[in-house]
Amino acid sequence: MSAPATTPGGRRASRAGPWIVVVLAILYFLLPLVATFEFSLSMLRGVWSFEAYKSVFSDTRFRETFTFSVIAALVTIIVGSLLIVPTAYWVRLKFPKLRPLVEFITLLPLVIPPIVLVFGYLRLYNSSSFLPFTGSANGTYVLLIFGYVVLSMPYMYRAVDTGMAAIDIRTLTEAGESLGANRITVLFKVILPNVRAAVLSGAFLSFAIVIGEFVLASLLNQPAFGPYLALVGTHKAYEPSALAMIAFAVTWACMGLLQLAGRKRTARRVAAPLAVKPNQGSQA
Amino acid sequence: MSFLSIDGVVKSFGPTTVVKDFDLRVERGEFVSFLGPSGCGKTTMLRMIAGFERPSAGRIVIDGEDVTDLAASRRRIGMVFQAYALFPNLSVHDNVAFGLKVAGRPKREIGPRVEEMLTLVGLPHLSNRYPYQLSGGQQQRVALARALAPSPRVLLLDEPLSALDAKIRVSLREQIRALQRELGITTIFVTHDQEEALSMSDRIAVMSEGRIQQCATPFEIYNRPSTRFVAGFVGTLSLIDGVRAEGAGAIVDGTRIELSETPPVAEGAPLTLTLRPEAVKLEPSSDRPNRLTGEVRDAHFMGSVVRLDVHVAGSSVLVDTFNRSAVPPPARGERIDLYFAPADVGLLADRPQT
Repeated sequence: MSAPATTPGGRRASRAGPWIVVVLAILYFLLPLVATFEFSLSMLRGVWSFEAYKSVFSDTRFRETFTFSVIAALVTIIVGSLLIVPTAYWVRLKFPKLRPLVEFITLLPLVIPPIVLVFGYLRLYNSSSFLPFTGSANGTYVLLIFGYVVLSMPYMYRAVDTGMAAIDIRTLTEAGESLGANRITVLFKVILPNVRAAVLSGAFLSFAIVIGEFVLASLLNQPAFGPYLALVGTHKAYEPSALAMIAFAVTWACMGLLQLAGRKRTARRVAAPLAVKPNQGSQA
Repeated sequence: MSFLSIDGVVKSFGPTTVVKDFDLRVERGEFVSFLGPSGCGKTTMLRMIAGFERPSAGRIVIDGEDVTDLAASRRRIGMVFQAYALFPNLSVHDNVAFGLKVAGRPKREIGPRVEEMLTLVGLPHLSNRYPYQLSGGQQQRVALARALAPSPRVLLLDEPLSALDAKIRVSLREQIRALQRELGITTIFVTHDQEEALSMSDRIAVMSEGRIQQCATPFEIYNRPSTRFVAGFVGTLSLIDGVRAEGAGAIVDGTRIELSETPPVAEGAPLTLTLRPEAVKLEPSSDRPNRLTGEVRDAHFMGSVVRLDVHVAGSSVLVDTFNRSAVPPPARGERIDLYFAPADVGLLADRPQT
């Protein structure tokens, strides 16, 4: 009789710990948001109003910079996927021994600060160098995108590589080839659709990074959202909070849209790995 | 000229040579199995025919075309993998249609062809399913339909049944063989399962350590193994060491054994005789003049069959007898006579190991 009596009690005790952690985490993430939101509503003394938001939306530079950053993020995702997916595929298929090296290289952007990267760019591609990217507006934009691709590389590569680990890309490639498809066709018709979820999660991270990015955009003198946010922050009080809330909402909305776009084409299937892992041991 | 010919193919990975001087001629419509233990090079040889590995030396010719250096995608071969390797993102229909689409066949051709293939493997009702919704046996049948859809010149099967459970394995192997006969497609089948190889093949190439040990019909492989390896690997076989006697005969334990052919060794030279358990009887008859006496070591009662392990002149001879309710099997330690026909005695070409 004693066992049923103690078990629920013991369960309650063991559940309290995780719950405390969850509540603390929620508070940790939500309190600043709530505080910022509350502050953004208190532009007029004594009443809560959306005055700060009106002020933000009346500034055309807000729309311009935010659109600029959203487009830059999308371009970054496209360029990044076109670079990372074939690389990860090729390394896994043909040079598995090089994987640690490639992984190390893709992690470098986490170790090297963006400020170092952008100064390197300015030094290497200035208007008097052999590749004068910064000599023109378009060139600088290209440089910015390249920089963003580098910054998002660790996340993109990790996500895609993990996605590829979940499917047997070697056998799938061979199956495709035996049916007459060349490697490019296999990559786009077989491999890519099966790592779409992974590419998508890499895309979310890239998106979030690019939207808030300040250093590259500022030093390359690009009209991006990050520098605009910093500028507003230096000489206004309530608007930055409103901006932060708007950016927060729009970023989430954009990610939602990305997910919807990705879902549409994968909705009918569950990301199911091959039913049977190839038995390496029995390969004669 | 043979439809598929493999001439002196060698494959080395670094210092290890996994396929050594492989020669094989396969006729159009023939079903040939590569049988051997894992690591014998059979899968590597198959992958070279498919184009996934390049031979270190030698030539592979399909239908008069030298494909040795041709990319896998241009060989027009069909392959079925042990792990099924269906494309998880495509429906059954789209999986089967893949090769046809890649080949640029018109849409109006693709639909009926896919239907035809799925009907052939008995799964026309599953064309809208996805691979993860199918059982292993169904997936492998879809894989077979997918491989056959673009009308390949050669069908390559890489242990396609190994991942399936026993019952499905048997029914699917019968289905594969029937399909292969119906379509008349030249097929190479890799397996380590002798029962599969024996039951399905026109010819079997038994492989060991990168070489073909013997390539012959299942009947010959089973009844006339040419090497000790084949004898030991295929079926159950008793090996009896003896010496060559005068004429078509051998001496085992002081007793003359009549043979159906004259051994290719000098008189007095050692040789190895082989006997299948089912060829040995406990009763004498006019067509079984050979007799050996031995001591029963063990009697395994297996229902309809009783397998006796009889110790004869230092060798262990296995004997399968049918169960008869009136006669209990011999007891351990009992001395019994074994009778067998000269035609049932095999000879191994290689020297007995000492």
